[in-house]
Amino acid sequence: MVIESNNCQEIDCLKPLQTREGLNQLRDEWKAKLEQPKDIRVVIGMATCGISAGANQVYDAFREEFDKRGMTTIKLEKVGCVGMCVYEPIVEIYETGKDRVSYIHVDPPKVKTIIEEHILGGRPCPGLTLAGLNNDDKSAPECAGFDDLPFYRKQKRIVLHNCGFINPEDIRQYIGVDGYQALADVLTTMTPQDVIDTISASGLRGRGGAGFPTGLKWKFAAANEADQKYIICNADEGDPGAYMDRSVLEGDPHAILEAMIIGGYAIGATKGWIYVRAEYPTAVKRLHIAIDQAEQLGMLGENIFGSGFNFDIQIRLGAGAFVCGEETALIASIEGKRGMPRNKPPFPANKGLWGKPTIINNVETLANIPGIIRNGAEWFRSIGTEKSPGTKVFALGGKITNTGLVEIPMGTTLREVIEDIGGGCPNGKTFKAVQTGGPSGGCLTINALDVPIDFDKLVELGSMMGSGGMIVMDEDNCMVDIARFFLDFTCDESCGQCTPCREGTKRMLEILDKIVNGAAHKKDLDDLKELADNIRLTSLCALGQTAPNPVLSTMEHFMDEYLAHVVDKRCPAHVCKNLTGYYITDRCIGCTKCVRVCPADAITGAVKEHHHIDQAVCIHCGACFDVCPFDAIERR
Amino acid sequence: MSQPCQCMTISDDDPRYMELRAFIQKEENKQGVAMTALQEAQRLFGYLPLEVHKFISSETGVPIAELYGVTTFYSQFTTSPMGRHQIQVCMGTACYVKGAQKVLDKVIETVGVGVGMTTDDRLFTINAARCLGCCGLAPVMMIDDHVYANIDNVNCIPAIIAKYREDGSRSSK
Ligand SMILES: Cc1cc2nc3c(=O)[nH]c(=O)nc-3n(C[C@H](O)[C@H](O)[C@H](O)COP(=O)(O)O)c2cc1C
Repeated sequence: MVIESNNCQEIDCLKPLQTREGLNQLRDEWKAKLEQPKDIRVVIGMATCGISAGANQVYDAFREEFDKRGMTTIKLEKVGCVGMCVYEPIVEIYETGKDRVSYIHVDPPKVKTIIEEHILGGRPCPGLTLAGLNNDDKSAPECAGFDDLPFYRKQKRIVLHNCGFINPEDIRQYIGVDGYQALADVLTTMTPQDVIDTISASGLRGRGGAGFPTGLKWKFAAANEADQKYIICNADEGDPGAYMDRSVLEGDPHAILEAMIIGGYAIGATKGWIYVRAEYPTAVKRLHIAIDQAEQLGMLGENIFGSGFNFDIQIRLGAGAFVCGEETALIASIEGKRGMPRNKPPFPANKGLWGKPTIINNVETLANIPGIIRNGAEWFRSIGTEKSPGTKVFALGGKITNTGLVEIPMGTTLREVIEDIGGGCPNGKTFKAVQTGGPSGGCLTINALDVPIDFDKLVELGSMMGSGGMIVMDEDNCMVDIARFFLDFTCDESCGQCTPCREGTKRMLEILDKIVNGAAHKKDLDDLKELADNIRLTSLCALGQTAPNPVLSTMEHFMDEYLAHVVDKRCPAHVCKNLTGYYITDRCIGCTKCVRVCPADAITGAVKEHHHIDQAVCIHCGACFDVCPFDAIERR
Repeated sequence: MSQPCQCMTISDDDPRYMELRAFIQKEENKQGVAMTALQEAQRLFGYLPLEVHKFISSETGVPIAELYGVTTFYSQFTTSPMGRHQIQVCMGTACYVKGAQKVLDKVIETVGVGVGMTTDDRLFTINAARCLGCCGLAPVMMIDDHVYANIDNVNCIPAIIAKYREDGSRSSK
């Protein structure tokens, strides 16, 4: 069937693509539109981070100006995350034959300037790009398009390739970047076994945390005879501080659908589920749109590409339980029950959703599948390390200059990520540690900076890949406090089913509370370690088994900080409130600023006279310290 | 200006029950309907009191005890009504290492109730969010749909809260 694409430009008019030729025709048309646009293409990063920073207002401002000026040929488009969250809202301008220009921190007044100077006047505005930030980065080009930045140069974007470029709410743009070609290949030229062989040969390992070989998992499920099988996309992304899955769902949702259909064909499943956390409303909305459009074009539904293969996908929302990221708990949750994990085996590949063979894959794992089918297993193996081929996306956050999403080939060193891509710690502070693997992981110190990152190396170092949160900490962070933070999280998220996790994490938290409050003895440290080891060995699921990791790893690398709290009753980073006193020094000129912010009325002193903090009343909140313009407040 | 109904009980002939029934009936996947029904009910009523559990139970055949088990398991379900404004302070890791605790402390001090609690006038509910997903803007807090980003100086918080208080007292007059 041929598409009448030149008559109707609306997505609603599209008919199902029943053949490869139909798909290719649409691809060629949209490839041209995306790569060689006839007119200027203005894209606005509108993932959650962009929207939070005000991208909606920027979009409306562009729309309004374009309408007012009758600039009807310009394409204004909402795209996913461009990657440099710290500079949101980001607007990029693509013009055939010219470098793209990336505007940062855009607001409605800047929209007018961009339209008048750049779009109408043909003179890009360097002052509104990265070049306008008065930073020391001499390598930043005069009018920065992001490609030229060190932030992007060391990255290899496979998973995030389309994020920030295509409009996720328009399936034709996905098709224009070779979307659904892999599916067409699979359904028209490959057997399920061919698909499994290709994925196995690629060496792809699960990006949801454990790094289990995806091809092997698919093989297990394919080998099981059953009247019904399922494939589930795990989009629960529970690690607080990781958001690559959200970014893929918001920026490139069709890649996930395509991968799930391919996976379904490979294992013999006709039904897929996407389990998304409810905290991601934008991702959920875009997934719904993507599913509707895929159904409309016949990518989902019956007899896809005339192959006789049927597949459909449903979305299920989480309701705020971290443990539901664990695969057996996730299955219980889809079944409408309390999301509690169960013992394995049987593994879901044998006995999963409603007792049927089920494959659960993480969002990022799936996002790699179409590329592997299109480019071949060898291509994938050529990226990354031997045991961990491909790339990994990290959410780089915390005390780092360029917070954002970075995708690096496996084997890149931590130093390259933190110093070259991340730009180091801001405000001249000293790097202390980086936490990977979230609440299940551990911290890596300066000694680990030159180790190439892959699944196995991180485990060797006492941490883990996890889902890809990478939180940088500097001298102002207290490692005991961080360990307490993660344990507080896991303690709260324990499902309560098994005793070691339910009770043990509570007891550990109590000891950590004693430590940060200066009430602990040295014996408490031994108890903490013993508890940790027991919980690790005896918990039912990986939540409990890994919950002690942040404590164990900080104890290993930062015992001196623990001892300072326990023995000297001192918090070296001045974070733990009860171990930090505030005192006013001679530099005080009596400006009264601190008096005004003190919530406890603990500060006395007349104008232009030396002030004084009443230690009995002080609640150690540090408000005075933060506000003093003369650095006259000292922490001890 | 009239205020949205703040009454504690929901009457038996509340039209929202009809909507909920329609939702349950059209849910094709009868297995596992408990969770989606509760999600829909919370969307409609704002919270999940006993009478709503009873209704879902009679519509689906799932025992009330089992439904209640599901409700109490997931942190997004609540059995008591929430304040008009939801204040969520992000306590994700990225925000935490950048001082989210101070933001939360200031919000609690300003609003006058603790985490998970609602003020007596039902104007505010405070929550500590797991991760709002905008780590690049840390530390952040969200009041209803509005995100307040890069709260480096917590002293701006009382003024932000005061704005919602003023609007609240104006609309209830
Ligand atoms: C406590 C806990 C939380 C988890 N959270 C997630 C999650 O948020 N996303 C995810 O993909 N996998 C998560 N996992 C891992 C899943 O159980 C499972 O291994 C993964 O989804 C498999 O997909 P993959 O093979 O593609 O990595 C979690 C595991 C545990 C024990």
